[in-house]
Amino acid sequence: MSPLQRKLWRDLWTMRSQALAIALVMASGVATFVLFLSTYASLMETRERYYREQAFAEVFVSLKRAPQSLAARIGELPGVARVQTRVVAPVTLDIKGFSDPVRGRIVSLDEHDASGLNRLYLREGRLPDPARGDETAISEIFALAHGFRPGDRLTAIINGRREELRIVGVVLSPEYIYEIGPGAFFPDHQRFGVLWMARKPLANAYDMDGAFNDVALTLRPGSPPRDVLERLDSLLRPHGGWGAYDRHDQLSHRLLSEELRQMQTSATVFPVIFLSVAAFLLNVVISRTVSTEREIIATLRAFGYDRLAIIRHYGALVLLIAVSGALIGLGLGAWLGHNLAKVYASFYRFPHLDFILPAWVMATALLVALGSALAGTLHAVGRAAAQPPAQGMRPEAPPLYRQSLLEKLGLGRLLAQPSRMILRHMGRRPVKSTLTLTGLAFATAIMMVGHFQESAILFMIDTQFVRSERGDMTVQFAEAQSSRALHEMASLPGVLHVEGFRSVAVRLRHGAREYRTLIQGIEPDGELRQVLDTRLQAQELPPQGLVLTDHLARVLGVVPGDVLTVEVLEGARPVREVPLVALNAQYLGVSAYMERSALNQLLKEGDRLSGAWLSVDPTAQQWVYDALKARPAIAGTAMRKTEIASFLDTMAQTILYFTSIATLLAAVIAFGVVYNSARIALAERGRELASLRVLGFTRGEIAYILLGELGLLTLISIPVGFAIGYGLCAYLASQFTTDLYRIPLVVETSTYAFAASVVLVSTLLCAFVVWRKLAQLDLIAVLKTRE
Amino acid sequence: MMPSDAIQETVFEVRGLTKVYPMGEVEVQALRGIDLTLYRGELVVLLGASGSGKSTLLNILGGLDTASSGQVLYRGRDLTQANERELTSFRRHEVGFVFQFYNLIPSLTARENVAVVTEIADAPMSPEEALARVGLADRLDHFPAQLSGGQQQRVAIARAIAKNPAVLLCDEPTGALDSSTGVRVLQALSDVNRELGTTTALITHNAAIADMADRVIHLHDGRIGEITRPVTRRAPSELSW
Repeated sequence: MSPLQRKLWRDLWTMRSQALAIALVMASGVATFVLFLSTYASLMETRERYYREQAFAEVFVSLKRAPQSLAARIGELPGVARVQTRVVAPVTLDIKGFSDPVRGRIVSLDEHDASGLNRLYLREGRLPDPARGDETAISEIFALAHGFRPGDRLTAIINGRREELRIVGVVLSPEYIYEIGPGAFFPDHQRFGVLWMARKPLANAYDMDGAFNDVALTLRPGSPPRDVLERLDSLLRPHGGWGAYDRHDQLSHRLLSEELRQMQTSATVFPVIFLSVAAFLLNVVISRTVSTEREIIATLRAFGYDRLAIIRHYGALVLLIAVSGALIGLGLGAWLGHNLAKVYASFYRFPHLDFILPAWVMATALLVALGSALAGTLHAVGRAAAQPPAQGMRPEAPPLYRQSLLEKLGLGRLLAQPSRMILRHMGRRPVKSTLTLTGLAFATAIMMVGHFQESAILFMIDTQFVRSERGDMTVQFAEAQSSRALHEMASLPGVLHVEGFRSVAVRLRHGAREYRTLIQGIEPDGELRQVLDTRLQAQELPPQGLVLTDHLARVLGVVPGDVLTVEVLEGARPVREVPLVALNAQYLGVSAYMERSALNQLLKEGDRLSGAWLSVDPTAQQWVYDALKARPAIAGTAMRKTEIASFLDTMAQTILYFTSIATLLAAVIAFGVVYNSARIALAERGRELASLRVLGFTRGEIAYILLGELGLLTLISIPVGFAIGYGLCAYLASQFTTDLYRIPLVVETSTYAFAASVVLVSTLLCAFVVWRKLAQLDLIAVLKTRE
Repeated sequence: MMPSDAIQETVFEVRGLTKVYPMGEVEVQALRGIDLTLYRGELVVLLGASGSGKSTLLNILGGLDTASSGQVLYRGRDLTQANERELTSFRRHEVGFVFQFYNLIPSLTARENVAVVTEIADAPMSPEEALARVGLADRLDHFPAQLSGGQQQRVAIARAIAKNPAVLLCDEPTGALDSSTGVRVLQALSDVNRELGTTTALITHNAAIADMADRVIHLHDGRIGEITRPVTRRAPSELSW
């Protein structure tokens, strides 16, 4: 080993704690990068493979009832490749030992189906016997939520009749990767499940023998879906078709796509921030560390080492640190990514998870790590080697200090000598001070981003479930009913207040843009559902016209005053022109609202209701639920508190998993910046401080001079970090804008407090380490050697 | 003038050399027009008070610093016109340096500090031999922090001579040392000069050291005051201060 190589290893050992801090900063940056991008790539890959292997259909449509003979005509439509007809029915389930309402959907399984579409993936057991009406296969996530195994039993209320079903299999379906109940905003696997039964017995129970009420199909390559949808709609209109839609509008696919799109945003924003901050810090730290070797560099140059040799030497030192950091980061990122992908895979049911770590992700992470490290080295060595060696070995010219701004303002008299030293030192090296400050500010900012998502979610919940949806229970009628149904419910003991609503599936059109949604008809003086305006204040619904969620209005490109075409997708399917009269704000989903009587008028019907919201005495909720469940006219009942609880649970697992990782890594970065700044400051000013000790300053006094600067920089960096953090939060909020949910820009005091605390605590810890190092200053050395 | 001047080989030829430093906001005129010739194998002492410009002159001779104007010829090659790469090569192959504060690399042992230079030299002596020449054969594996000031300076000399340089430039080599330690260091330099024939230029502000030189160049305020020749060149052991 050459002497320079030995120097390298010994230097590395001497600066091991600093090197570790730098490596960890790099590791944090790389880990975040790898975590998000590998998770994203894995989920995309997994989904594609799943769709391919299980032959996920491309076009879907539900209808009231059509004879099986129509299937052949669908198959003959131009552009249609394969057709699958099914019987699909809503069901209420009764599960022993579970008192909350459980809704389900039963899908038929046809052993004669030749299409091969939407194949189930059998996880456990077997598929139901085609001849038996008491066997069912259930979705895996639902099975897990209740601990069901093949052989277990559950009771289903099928078309008003209680049927005892035996679970024979646990399955996965590409149609229900994201399993979510109708009208729910988020999955709740205990309270909604999908079941499969043999077609014949199911069809018998629903009077669908020789008929179907659901179609899935695939397209011939190159045929535009739009044409097929239109032909399909006109073919199924006489049979009560609900409007065909392609994958884009298929609930599971759409939700998953939205989530993946958001993850792609996270996977771009977070890693880019982290990796840039890490690269930036690495660059600063390295260039300052190398600068402290100014004298040795000059000596080596005096002996005839050329610049390249010196850059090679320090470059190797830096690369060792950066590469070990990057490797730790790759490993950590892959491990975390694998775990995060598993968390996601538990929401979206995939048969298997294909965890992939794309080569370009690894290569980019390594290149950024190496690049920033090398740039820092080149910069510092270049600067140190630029001056003639004689100058490098000479003590630096006494640096030019100036009176600081405070002193110029005449406030200098208020400051003791050490405080003046701090201010002048910072003023003399504004670039260095700014870099340290920027690093600290970014650490603060990143931590705010993590915390922000948490408070934004709580704010969403409060807005949606406390200020807007104020009922305790939502009841959905199987068929529209008159308001007489309300009196019956109101008379149930424990029911405090009842409000009916009308809701109808529509397609909204404006110019070339269209959107499938529900129009909710609401009582104008209602209490249980508030339509919030864009300032989040309750607004009264205008007697005519449509109110749209602001996001939906943007999607459709309309402003109040514009007229929309409303194509009703139920019943007589009327098409009407309706003006947009106001906007509403909500963070979950998008909606269209009308006054209920206006909606009834639009549908040319009388006083009809689709369901009701109930306010129920908390002690009577279970009883009321049981009473309602028994009625065949009621398709489903949902309890608000369970919706909130399941929502929180879902959110907690996904978003909070990665924000907690992000926060932890941000804390590492904060600590890394502060620690390295302190150690470098000590290296740069050790002699000066030792001289002061010789002159009789106490350890406390010199610690004040050294750490006072760092403390002051930290304090200044915090408000700067707040500003950057707020900007990042605003950017993320603007990126997390989808039909499913919008993240409100709510940055709470606690977010600021948390971010500032982590940075301050890091600073204090570092101050302590430096304080102990100050005790080891060699006072004699100062007297012996120059400067 | 020495009669032998005519046959002596010229190593350095300096003409009209000036140097101006910016120091913070002021300019320091370190050299104000130096004319000087150094010959092969001689031991020259540059004597002057602090700030007389002697270190600046030495640094420019050694290619550690650049001149503001004037010309420095090393064996006919113009150093003032040399670029960075040529200066590096000049230092690497021709010059050995000894500094007042040793400038050893603290993380390397005595042997390794010497090896740093022998590794990149053309025909060096071994680090062990170089250290033996300065009387440190028994301190090979000591780190700088484990050596006294005099020992550290002798390591620095070993490092400077190990590459068999044509020129040895020493900037106040005894400046940080007491008299008896200083004598040992000077003895080592004198031995090298005599045994290897290395042209040696030695800076000092200590007039007592001048007696070991072939020639003494007196510098004052950036100019050469006079050039004297001791009556007899004395061995370092005869010196004291």
